[in-house]
Amino acid sequence: MRYVDEFRDADTARALSAKIAGLCEPGREYKFMEVCGGHTHTIYKHGLEDYLPENITLVHGPGCPVCVIPMGRIDDSIHIARQPDVLMTSFGDMMRVPGSGGNFFDSNAEGTNIRMVYSPLDSLKIARQNPDKHVVFMAIGFETTAPSTAMTVLRAAKEGIENFSIFCNHITIIPAIKAILDSPDLRLDGFIGPGHVSTVIGCRPYEFIAGEYGKPIVVAGFEPLDILQSIYMLMLQLRDGRSEVENQYSRVVPWEGNLTALRVIAETMELRPYFEWRGLGFISHSALRVRPEYERFDAELKFDVPGVRVADPKACQCGEVLKGVLKPWECKVFGTACTPETPIGTCMVSPEGACAAYYNFGRFTRTRVREASLATVDELAGSARRVPS
Amino acid sequence: MTGISAPSDREQQVLDRIERVRKRRAKVKEERITLSHGSGGKATHTLIEAVFLEAFRNPLLEPLEDAATFTVDGGRMALTTDSYVVSPIFFPGGNIGDLAVNGTVNDLAVSGARPLYLTAGFILEEGFPVADLLRIVESMRDAATAADVSIVTGDTKVVQRGKADGCYINTAGVGVIEYPGRLGVATVRPGDVVLVSGPIGDHGITVMLARGELDIEADLESDTAPVHELVATLLAATPGVRAMRDATRGGVATILNEVAQAADVAVVVDEDAVPVGKEVRGASELLGIDPLYVACEGRIVAIVDGAEAETALAAMRGHPLGASAAIIGRVKADPPGLVLLNTVFGGTRICDLLVGDPLPRIC
Repeated sequence: MRYVDEFRDADTARALSAKIAGLCEPGREYKFMEVCGGHTHTIYKHGLEDYLPENITLVHGPGCPVCVIPMGRIDDSIHIARQPDVLMTSFGDMMRVPGSGGNFFDSNAEGTNIRMVYSPLDSLKIARQNPDKHVVFMAIGFETTAPSTAMTVLRAAKEGIENFSIFCNHITIIPAIKAILDSPDLRLDGFIGPGHVSTVIGCRPYEFIAGEYGKPIVVAGFEPLDILQSIYMLMLQLRDGRSEVENQYSRVVPWEGNLTALRVIAETMELRPYFEWRGLGFISHSALRVRPEYERFDAELKFDVPGVRVADPKACQCGEVLKGVLKPWECKVFGTACTPETPIGTCMVSPEGACAAYYNFGRFTRTRVREASLATVDELAGSARRVPS
Repeated sequence: MTGISAPSDREQQVLDRIERVRKRRAKVKEERITLSHGSGGKATHTLIEAVFLEAFRNPLLEPLEDAATFTVDGGRMALTTDSYVVSPIFFPGGNIGDLAVNGTVNDLAVSGARPLYLTAGFILEEGFPVADLLRIVESMRDAATAADVSIVTGDTKVVQRGKADGCYINTAGVGVIEYPGRLGVATVRPGDVVLVSGPIGDHGITVMLARGELDIEADLESDTAPVHELVATLLAATPGVRAMRDATRGGVATILNEVAQAADVAVVVDEDAVPVGKEVRGASELLGIDPLYVACEGRIVAIVDGAEAETALAAMRGHPLGASAAIIGRVKADPPGLVLLNTVFGGTRICDLLVGDPLPRIC
């Protein structure tokens, strides 16, 4: 498949892998954080860590927007969905993120109507088709999805649609990265920058990471070779003693970002003074809310949202796991209060999160898995395994 | 996050605790049934083991195969049942009717049985068009003829508008097992190979697109088909077949997890070798879902003695439904209970059961 296969070529990967290994200083440990959940997914899906030498570790960052939504906001959503004649819409991967009394699927089992949509504009379509219902879109995501929510609000305003509002949970990436950088026990050598977010905000907002904090950052695409090349670029920066913002994903990300998208966000939304992140606590100016000019589309004003804060148990140490200070099994609640069935922190919510992955597969060392699979490749190589073309 | 060196004592204690929890009897934690309980993944397995198996436990049910097999007057028979609630009812390549016949025929066939008789139960919603019912029933008749089975008894119920979604069908089937060998996932052992009879995911993606929620169009049809002849061809060609499964709900990955767990073996799949049509691949890439977890309705997964791999492959390819059959993996002893995938990219990942349906991702 064009634009996909060429970014998954194993020969190129092997060549890059050798170059990366050649840049490793003996005895030095390297830790890079991939900020974006999409990158974590690519790393997991393609088994990318097999190409990295033992002394390079990838730390999975806070960039999975559904995983960092605190339980209280999910409870608030369910509260809105329970109001008479409300039909709520949400992105698919939000459906399984737990609040304090269950997730959206559980809530539907108790009578709410929370439907999956693929775009906020679909919510508007549902609102037009159901004039007797009030449709609330559970808006989530970083600057990546915020423009489509903003466009939906603008279109609702233009068409004069009355039975539609959004429950705004959009968050912004920079304050989260800053919160991690400000940690006194930070042990990261550099960042794989979030590609999708950067298509909107561009590369300039990351300059403080390289400038003030002296950490290299490479904005990366989402195919496995993109990530491998970004790691190579980070290693080159470290070798040369540079800390710069570099753009590996220039085929999609313009340095200045998407000004139209930024304009529609600014027109419809404004920064909240603070917002709570699951596992990271309150972070100032880290989320967006609907601007007063569009308050008729703000579900938080339309409905009596309890806004109860469901405290993360004090013992949750997601922050430390995210910063690479603790291994999952070293967290106080790992495997007892916090499990994949009853997750507390963001690292356990996503199946690809560091804690969930360790809970499910920690008993198998990477080496053991790799050895089992490699033997098979050799055995299969001799047999006619290909599909006739 | 897994270490290269042996785990420390404290880490080992944590791992041991997780292992103890894992071995506890399955329990449904939710207070109510959710859609995840019907998706074929972890939630479905827990529901079946904790509720149905717990209540009905008996030696015929316990293997949890596609059909129960037993002996009557010295002859071996297979019995199975399945319900069909597909939405939309009509989709490219078929409808709920031929699906209901083929599905039950296939569950019998992969158990090594020659399908004989089917039952058909209909739950119809008030207001459902009779013309649609006629279309469904006609395609059931045609599918039954093609599979050489008769629909010999049935039932009809009508429920109030809104209490069902148009038309639901339940079919049960009985067949006779003439094959002398023992089949079953528990007989799988290291050294066996895994074959799939054709491109995977066509049915699941076709139905997903036919719902019209995605604004994606593809030249794609459901793969619904009766596999009894393909199975007969395979069984006649080699005595090395250990087990077969119909790769429906949960897809190939779910079946292989069931194999790995039932036989306490590792199944290692080569992603490069798994046949996937380009439309299915394209739609899956767009939606962020993995074809390995998408349903097929006319594809079998067969686990065969490694020494018989080429014979089995040739036999499958000799049948029109198996023309694109492929050997996709191999059974190993270690690590037991796991399905591993060698990715096209050259890495390895663990291919776990999904909790529920594959959900499109935003991140």
